[in-house]
Amino acid sequence: MDKFRRTALALGASLLAAGALMAPMSAAHAQATAPTNAKLKVGLMLPYTGTFASLGNAIENGFRLYVTEQGGKLSGREVEFVKVDDESDPSKATDNVNKLVKRDNVDVLVGTVHSGVAMAMAKVAKETNTLLIVPNAGADAVTGAMCAPNIFRSSFSNWQPGYAMGEVLAKKGVKRVATITWKYAAGDEAVRGFKEAFEKGGGTVVKELNLPFPNVEFQALLTDIAATKPDAVFTFFAGGGAVKFVKDYAAAGLKKSIPLYGSGFLTDGTLDAQGDAAEGLFTTLHYADSLSVPKDKSFRLNYAKTFKLQPDVYAVQGYDAAQILAIGLKATNGDVSKKAEFAAAVEAAKIDSPRGAFTLSKAHNPVQDIYLRQVEAKENKMVGIATKALNDPARGCKM
Amino acid sequence: MDASTFLIQCLNAVQYGLLLFLIASGLTLIFGIMGVINLAHGSFYMLGAYMAYALAPLVANTFGGGFFATLLVGVGLAVLLGYVLEWAFFSFLYHREHLQQVLMTYGLILVFEEVRSLLVGDDVHSVEIPAGLSGSLPLGEMMTYPVYRLFISGACLLLALGMYWVFKYTRLGMMIRAGSTNREMVQSLGIDIQFLNRVVFAAGLAIAVFAGMLAAPVSSVYPGMGDTVLIICFVVVVIGGIGSIRGALMAALLIGVVDTFGKVLLPQAAGVLVYVLMALILLWKPSGLFKAG
Repeated sequence: MDKFRRTALALGASLLAAGALMAPMSAAHAQATAPTNAKLKVGLMLPYTGTFASLGNAIENGFRLYVTEQGGKLSGREVEFVKVDDESDPSKATDNVNKLVKRDNVDVLVGTVHSGVAMAMAKVAKETNTLLIVPNAGADAVTGAMCAPNIFRSSFSNWQPGYAMGEVLAKKGVKRVATITWKYAAGDEAVRGFKEAFEKGGGTVVKELNLPFPNVEFQALLTDIAATKPDAVFTFFAGGGAVKFVKDYAAAGLKKSIPLYGSGFLTDGTLDAQGDAAEGLFTTLHYADSLSVPKDKSFRLNYAKTFKLQPDVYAVQGYDAAQILAIGLKATNGDVSKKAEFAAAVEAAKIDSPRGAFTLSKAHNPVQDIYLRQVEAKENKMVGIATKALNDPARGCKM
Repeated sequence: MDASTFLIQCLNAVQYGLLLFLIASGLTLIFGIMGVINLAHGSFYMLGAYMAYALAPLVANTFGGGFFATLLVGVGLAVLLGYVLEWAFFSFLYHREHLQQVLMTYGLILVFEEVRSLLVGDDVHSVEIPAGLSGSLPLGEMMTYPVYRLFISGACLLLALGMYWVFKYTRLGMMIRAGSTNREMVQSLGIDIQFLNRVVFAAGLAIAVFAGMLAAPVSSVYPGMGDTVLIICFVVVVIGGIGSIRGALMAALLIGVVDTFGKVLLPQAAGVLVYVLMALILLWKPSGLFKAG
């Protein structure tokens, strides 16, 4: 019954397309009889406006780059993109994702940056059993409590960079640390990861400072940090907030006396704006500038040639989202309805990422090296591996 | 909290309060005095910040540069833009319902965001602190205080005094106050109310742009930065008493204190404290601290 319906839908869709494009009838007929050779519809649900617009564009660029490298086809199926601007607005997320799944009938969903929106996507993907690949949003729950056989993530969990930095500071022998972040899921999860590793290693988090998202008036809390006098500060901020925090921290004179450490987003895509204030900062992330990974060199070259832009971590995550899709499709011969085979192939695969090869955990989150990076001449230079093959604990995942 | 930390926090509170006043004072004119619910106020602020970033190289090429030259050019452009915007859009809004004002000014937010994205892109940028003001003063044992922040505070105080003086003691101020209470009467006395409106609107927009430009070196410049200040600006105007400049200043300082100490002493509730304050004040004085007039 289900198969009949899908064939009928494909027939209807191709008839409509044929009508609209005045394509020869025979082509449409061929598509209808062999649905696995029909175009593969990829629903890109990303932020194209607002604070995260540049991230959305980088992810799409990365994804397209991989598809182009494969000649525009994955497992013999031509790729067609359907784009929706999610505006990073969780209140519109369910409607937007339903549009892609029910109206546009996409074969696979790719998105997004904002964790709240990604959670809504995961929910719909779970209910409708649609393939979902998350190319950024780090909410632990996506591959935790919300985990599912058809949900994959090509980026990270918020817990991962935080945990790695906790290990680094504990190993350095730092004893008392204060944390500061926005009071929202990403910040909380990064700090929780940090605290877990840092306290396991013998350190103490003496103060956890928060301010409401996206408030950027840090002065009161910086004064509080100066009064607390910790050995170091761990922080999670991103985007405009990260720029202002790093500059305010330096302007308040704290940078010299209390070293600042952060989850990598503190200094990613923001270094030009942060200027000297960011120089020398240590951060942890699954990507860095000047990696000695051969795949990274070719990726950077191709990306720069294609888009006249330097790639960033978001572009890498988009590229790897496309790789995950390609691996699954290859194993199922281009048939996205074979969810079990798709998942089995992806779980077994080693993904040849510009960040260095990684695998996916049982909960479908990358098991990856987290790099320790230092800001040097406006680049996040890799100084070492903070934690090797770090696996998110996937708390709450029953799969 | 020891005494010196307490004093530093007081300084932070006053400084934040003055910055808030700077951002909200333009809204006092447009919303408070002209009565238009202007949701695009945040966009004007963003426009200012982006001007500080994007105009700087142009000004440097033509006039030899400098932060203050950029500031002058930016404010000049803002007055022009304000004049045109009032003529093209806002002059139709005074007699309309609130919902229509909200719709139109919300539309303007979208337009401004899109134009910003097309012209300057979606990246985060920073603006250099002007050379003479880039130093910092030692404060307490380990902190320093950027001179530029003190400069902003000084500029805010001057602006507050200037606005107060214009409204209270000049003929223009008298006409504006009269116009906001009874449009028809003012018109029948032979005053060109249309022109007056255009001037007030242009001034409101120019002050918002001025605020954005002045704050750009400390706040950095990023997409959507206007949204983050919009609500708090309305809170300032409403707490202060709609249309009152003295009220806006008091309200801004009060919010500065509540926000600063709230973040430190009651971090769990920091996000709502300002709104609790607003609710309490409105219960006590339904039309705000100082009623206009």
